[in-house]
This record gives sequence, structure tokens and C-alpha cells, in this order.
Amino acid sequence: MEQLNKTLERFGGVNLLPVAVALVAFVLIGAPSSWVTLTVAGLAMGMMIFLMASGLSLVFGLMDVLNFGHSAFVSFGAFVAASVLGWLAGWLGSDSVFLNAAAILLAFTAAILFGLIAGWFFETVVIKPVYNDHLRQILITMGALIVSEQIILAVWGGTPMSVPRPQFLEGSVLIGDVANEVYRLFAFVLGLIVYLALYVTLNRTRIGLLVRAGVENREMVEALGFRIDRLFIGVFMAGSALAAMGGAMWAGYETLITPALGAEMMIVVFIVVIIGGLGSVEGTLLGAIMVGLVANYVGFLAPKLALASNMLLMMAILLWRPNGLRPAVK
Amino acid sequence: MSLLSLKTMQTQIGQYAVLHDVTMDVPQGGVFVLLGRNGAGKTTTLRSIMGLWKPSPGSVTFRGQDITGLHTADIARLGIAFVPENMGIFGGLTVEENLILATAKGTFDPDRLQRVYRLFPALETFWTKQAWSLSGGQKQMLSVARAIIEPRELILIDEPTKGLAPSIIDAMAEAFREIAEHATILLVEQNFEFAKSLGRDMAVIDDGRIVHRGTMADFVVDKALQDRLLSLSA
Repeated sequence: MEQLNKTLERFGGVNLLPVAVALVAFVLIGAPSSWVTLTVAGLAMGMMIFLMASGLSLVFGLMDVLNFGHSAFVSFGAFVAASVLGWLAGWLGSDSVFLNAAAILLAFTAAILFGLIAGWFFETVVIKPVYNDHLRQILITMGALIVSEQIILAVWGGTPMSVPRPQFLEGSVLIGDVANEVYRLFAFVLGLIVYLALYVTLNRTRIGLLVRAGVENREMVEALGFRIDRLFIGVFMAGSALAAMGGAMWAGYETLITPALGAEMMIVVFIVVIIGGLGSVEGTLLGAIMVGLVANYVGFLAPKLALASNMLLMMAILLWRPNGLRPAVK
Repeated sequence: MSLLSLKTMQTQIGQYAVLHDVTMDVPQGGVFVLLGRNGAGKTTTLRSIMGLWKPSPGSVTFRGQDITGLHTADIARLGIAFVPENMGIFGGLTVEENLILATAKGTFDPDRLQRVYRLFPALETFWTKQAWSLSGGQKQMLSVARAIIEPRELILIDEPTKGLAPSIIDAMAEAFREIAEHATILLVEQNFEFAKSLGRDMAVIDDGRIVHRGTMADFVVDKALQDRLLSLSA
């Protein structure tokens, strides 16, 4: 195993795993056009899951908080964005790219704002009383997820809600001779932009430095004179907003959402965080892309295994690297 | 007036009472050494001063101000630095990032930075390296450097020689002498040879109680007392 690790490091380390998976899939799939479609779909799916999961990873790394209610923000983000898009249906159907873009921008902004406010409320009311108590954290955050699902049922009803897409994100574009959905490319590019923004914030700013240090050793950051609890509120709010944004993007991707969305995504989000390594944004991105690619490839090659693919991937990675692919240094 | 005063400090961790009665005064300037056997309560004393564990009852006074119960970050901002036993460096951050995090404004005072380079030249060499890749001695240097990159009146240092090579220990002793010219060091140490070369005043803790206070010069010549309190000859 050690030899395998060393060989892998020589060729770029675990960062190249998605490339290796894609190459193996290329051989197994055989048809290049199908492979391109599946790869683009996997990358888009991975980026959306990354948005949903990155906040959870930081929240756990920074404050050792197990937040099973995190995916409630995904649900709320999806429903808030869907509602805004529903209200702006006239703009979405317009031929004007400007109106189309304005509608989607407003929908995402509403989801992000909702995530920020709900994140602040959730941290203050639900999380703060149970710091340093994992059992209570699991119980109360699971409870909060159930309550949030009921709130969504009460506000939006139990019928699946259709999500209109802007005109300019409908249809496909040709990559070579392969048609790819515009929305998937949009999701991939937007996810990449958010990742780069997160990367720059974490690696080029003092706040980012504090977050990275806090994930490693919270106590020492406090001994250097910083109130990590105050920083944590900010990180929690940002993580919630990212999850809500991920939910908004997912809503557009699925085009039909139900109140159970959060509970359904919770498992995937946790798998990604565990695969990537707790507390690491880079690890979360890697984990999310792996999950996205594997889900699409397995869904095509062995549809009966599709549901189990995430679990199998997690088992394989944890057997190889028990702390995940790129855990934060502790 | 003492720089730091501990009065009947008691600390409980979970259901265990670790400190029963810690009363001592740390004067301004020089190196004050707190000696004691394993498990006597030395580390708990430092952590209680920093507010990482809350002493109750009892009081901690710094420059005449009661700091008992203050948040660790607020205690640090009053001018107390902490070098923990495990060094507490951030392995995923570079040497530069570790140090810049310890500055109040996120920028280095050039004179202080030169002083760090002079005391610990290895840190300049490995400036852009991630801290996890440093040797044990270099990590300890980084940990101490972080405590002096900003002006601090009191530096709490917990067993800095643990696991270090003799040559590194000598370099560390030299650095501590220089640092003690500008700040007060409260040093917890089990390496008696190292401690006696630095300490001016000292105290011995045993079973969570201060059982001896005095000057290091007196303690060094009293072999019977050393044997009784520290079992050095055992």
C-alpha cells in the first residue's frame, strides 16, 4: 500500500484520481461520444455537490460540529430559487439574454441570502448550545432537518415543484460531434468559479489563513488572540449560503424538486466530505468530482449498481486512505 | 509587584481535580521555572493561566488585572504568549504563514523579524516550507518564534526540550536567555539541567499544589530538597 501511495505521488498524487477514473471509463464505455456526455454530466454534478458539501467540511474541521441538518440549506436554496424563477417566468421565457441572466442571478442571490440568514439563525439557536457534544449535535441537527422538511411542506406543499430554466440555458452545444446540455456546462463553470473564489479566500487572505489554522488547531488560534467562535459563525453562514446556492443549481439541473431533497442529498454530501477528508476544501472538490463521475459512469455501465456506487466508492477509498483523499493537516 | 499572581488556583478537568492549591507569584523579567514530576500539574497550571481550562475557585492576576475566566483570546491580547508542549504549530501552513498569524496586524515588524532570523536561522531557510515538513527542533523554534514575533510581556513555555537533540537544546537555551532580556518567561520543564541554567526564581508543584518556592541558586545546592521534591537521584 505504501508503494502504491509513493508511485501515485510521483505522478501527481490523488489529484489525478478523477483522470484515472475517466480513462478507465473510456476503455470500458468504448463509445467516445457517450464518454464525453457522461464525463461532462459527472463534472457538472460533482461541482454542484461540491458547493453543497464544502461548507459542511469546513464547519466540521473548524469546530468539530457534526451538522446533519446541513442539507436543509440545500432544500431551502432549491425551493427559494425555484419560487423566484417561478415569479420571473416572463423573464425566463424572453429572448433577451439579459433578462434570462437577471432572472437566474436574482434566484441565486435570493437562495444565497436565505442561506446566510438561515445559517446565522441555525448556528445561534441550534448549534451553539451543543458545542463539544457530538451525540446531541447528531440528534438536534437530524431533528432540525426533519423540521425544515416539514416547513417546506407547509410553505410549498407536498407536490413536486417544477423548476423553469432560463431560455439561454436550455438546449445543447456541440463539443466535437457530441451534444452537451448547456445547463451542465453552466453548472461546471459556475462551480469552478466558486471553487477558485474559495481557494483565493482561503489561501490569500488573513481570514482564510485563520480558517485553515483553525481547522488544524482551534485552541492554538485562540491562544494567538483570535476569537474562533466568532469566525465560526461567519464560516457557518458562508457554508450555509454555498449549500443553498448548490441547492438552487441542483433545482435547475433536476427541474423537479420535492421536500425530501435535503434528506436525499444528505447522504451524498456526507460521503463526499468523508471521501475528500474532513476540513479540506480541495479534498471536498476531489471527492465531489469522484462521486459525480463514478455515479454517471456506473449508471451507464451497470445501472443496477448505480445506487450503490457512492457507497462502494467510499468503502474503497477509506480502505485505502482512512482519513480521506486530502484531509486537513491535524 | 508581581507580573503574574496565582492565588489558591484550583482546576477541575471533567470529574478530576487536577490543581488543588496553586499559589505563586511570577516576578517581572527573567526566567521563572516551574518544576515537578510527571502528572504534578505543570501543564494544567499553564493552560489554566491561558484560560484553556477554567480555574475555579482561585484567581489569576496579570499586571494587577484579574484575568480569571477571561476568554483565551482576550488573555493572549493582554500580552501573554503560549508555547504548548505539543508546539501547536499549524502543519499545513508555511513557516511564514505560521508567523504572520501571530502578528496583530498581519504584517511583520522588520526588526522583530530580523531578531527571529538571528535567534533561529533555520526558519529563514525554510521560510516557504510547510511546517509539517520541519524537524522536531525546527518546529519548536517556530513555536517559540511565534511567541516573540510581537511584543509580549509574559511567555508561557511548556517543556520545550522534550525530544530534542542536545545541540538544539543548547541553541534553545541561548535563545531563551536573549528573550528573557525583553520579556518574562514562565518555563515548565522536566529537564533539570536545562532549567537550572536559565532559571532565576522557581517553584515546585506536586499533586496539584505548590510545595516549594525560592531561588534557583538555593535549590540547585540543596540536593536533599531536590531528591525529596523531584526524585532526581532515583
